[in-house]
Amino acid sequence: MSSEKGIWKVIGASSVGTLIEWYDFYIFGSLATIISTKFFPPGNATTAFLATLATFAAGFIVRPFGALVFGRLGDLIGRKYTFLLTLVIMGGSTFLIGCIPAYQTFHFAPYLILILRLLQGLALGGEYGGAATYVAEHAPANKRGYYTSWIQTTATLGLFVSLIVIIAVQKSLSTEAYNDWGWRLPFLLSIVLVLVSIVIRMKMNESPLFAKLKSEGKTSTNPLKESFGKKQNMKMVLLALFGATMGQGVVWYTGQFYAQTFLLKTCNLEPTQANTWIGIALLLATPFFVFFGWLSDRIGRKGIMLAGMLLAVICYRPIFTAMYTMSDVKTKLEESSNITTKKIINPDNSNDSLIVKTTAASFVDGSKLLQTDKYSQAVIQTGNNKPLETKKTVTLAASYQWKLIALIFTLVIFVTMVYGPIAAFLVELFPTKIRYTSMSLPYHIGNGVFGGLVPFIATLITVTPGSNYLSGLWYPIGVAAVCFVIGILYLSNKTDENVNDDVNEYIHPKN
Amino acid sequence: MNPVKKYLGLVWIMVAIAAFGLLVQAAVIHIKAGGSLDINKPMPWIIIITIFTPIVIGLALFGWYAFKEEYNSGK
Repeated sequence: MSSEKGIWKVIGASSVGTLIEWYDFYIFGSLATIISTKFFPPGNATTAFLATLATFAAGFIVRPFGALVFGRLGDLIGRKYTFLLTLVIMGGSTFLIGCIPAYQTFHFAPYLILILRLLQGLALGGEYGGAATYVAEHAPANKRGYYTSWIQTTATLGLFVSLIVIIAVQKSLSTEAYNDWGWRLPFLLSIVLVLVSIVIRMKMNESPLFAKLKSEGKTSTNPLKESFGKKQNMKMVLLALFGATMGQGVVWYTGQFYAQTFLLKTCNLEPTQANTWIGIALLLATPFFVFFGWLSDRIGRKGIMLAGMLLAVICYRPIFTAMYTMSDVKTKLEESSNITTKKIINPDNSNDSLIVKTTAASFVDGSKLLQTDKYSQAVIQTGNNKPLETKKTVTLAASYQWKLIALIFTLVIFVTMVYGPIAAFLVELFPTKIRYTSMSLPYHIGNGVFGGLVPFIATLITVTPGSNYLSGLWYPIGVAAVCFVIGILYLSNKTDENVNDDVNEYIHPKN
Repeated sequence: MNPVKKYLGLVWIMVAIAAFGLLVQAAVIHIKAGGSLDINKPMPWIIIITIFTPIVIGLALFGWYAFKEEYNSGK
């Protein structure tokens, strides 16, 4: 295997590229509102359809498809050139998104954006498996969890870098300049990052295990058929999906994204305050990806991942209840409030008038509420006092800062427990010649499909009669619970020391 | 533990069938013309049901393998 210095070059080259791919994928999501106004204007059925397709198809269909396409390629021609290709596709697509003229001047733009977003999903589907496999195949057996866990930090750090770049661009430009052309800069910057990463990756050698197989002529001739057509391997792919990545995906998504949506939309926290506290919690928790990866080399992968899932199942409702209670102004003692009412006559050239009631309240604990209720005068005259629209913004007192950060930190710790060891776990489950294909698919179905469905299913549950603000959690809790039962019964806790071992090691340990 | 693994295989098959049935039922209930939420639009459901069909087949297959004692230790 590689020397200590060599392995850090391998980890660095792989992690930086994967981080950039996550950055590229996230900036589209983070800038979704402005992208929608530029490329998918409201009131147009075709662009609305294309926008929905871009949101759902990129994560749910194209990511697993990318896992198959690039996984197969990685097992046929090698890891190095395949994950170089995914980087080029991702970086090129992101850069081009930043170059496309807006819909107003170029009506074909929504179609191009959709194609480029799908290419991003395709590239992401191929990248992770390649990076994890490449690092694992360079790592010594007793440090595989530790070394691959650096790859696992990239998803969180990619999100972090994307937010920092967007905030830096917003702060350095006027609002008009940002909305006009400045939003394109995070996309254009990608080409620089990708070029640097390509230069670094070009200097790396092929994975030693794959190079050996290739020199011996033992590479797979049909990785898809061998991965999914042979029962011996197919049953391991299914076990990886239903006993590990399915639960890992929902815990990951709930901790990193659903918590943010919950704080902003359900708790109505002031966005800058909420995002800053989430950022602090993410930064504090990120080293634990490496810690749990390291720990998995000593006590096994299974126990840590399943403990993370079990803790999530048990603690999600109490943690989200605590977050909601902290921001619930009904439980706070009001110190002062100021109500102002404004009447807007004939808004949008209608015959109605709009009454805007603004309530600014302060509470004894130091928290503040700004609530805007919009009423239609025509509706009020019928005796209905229900507002057309209510917007609440709660700014919590500084005394809540570390309590809330501790709750978010705990959620992210569950993420690090399930996600830190998963790359080593997946790598060790499959033989070298079909590893890229076999591990990529369960990973991307677990994260892209099961994880990506969290907001959709949560919305579905919350519109069911009798539901409340916590009901959306039943989906991640249910999926993680089923995954925990399957994992605890069917998986072995053995840490496979030889990544060329028989695929059955995880259920039929030799010792 | 092997008998538990074996007979839970049947449970996984039933979970797969139930999950698919619930998904299709939810789609029929929630797709509405003029609805503003994603769950009211047909396209997300078409994508989700398309991608979930092979996944539920996979869960049923996993259950079948479990029932056939493919995952039993010492086999």
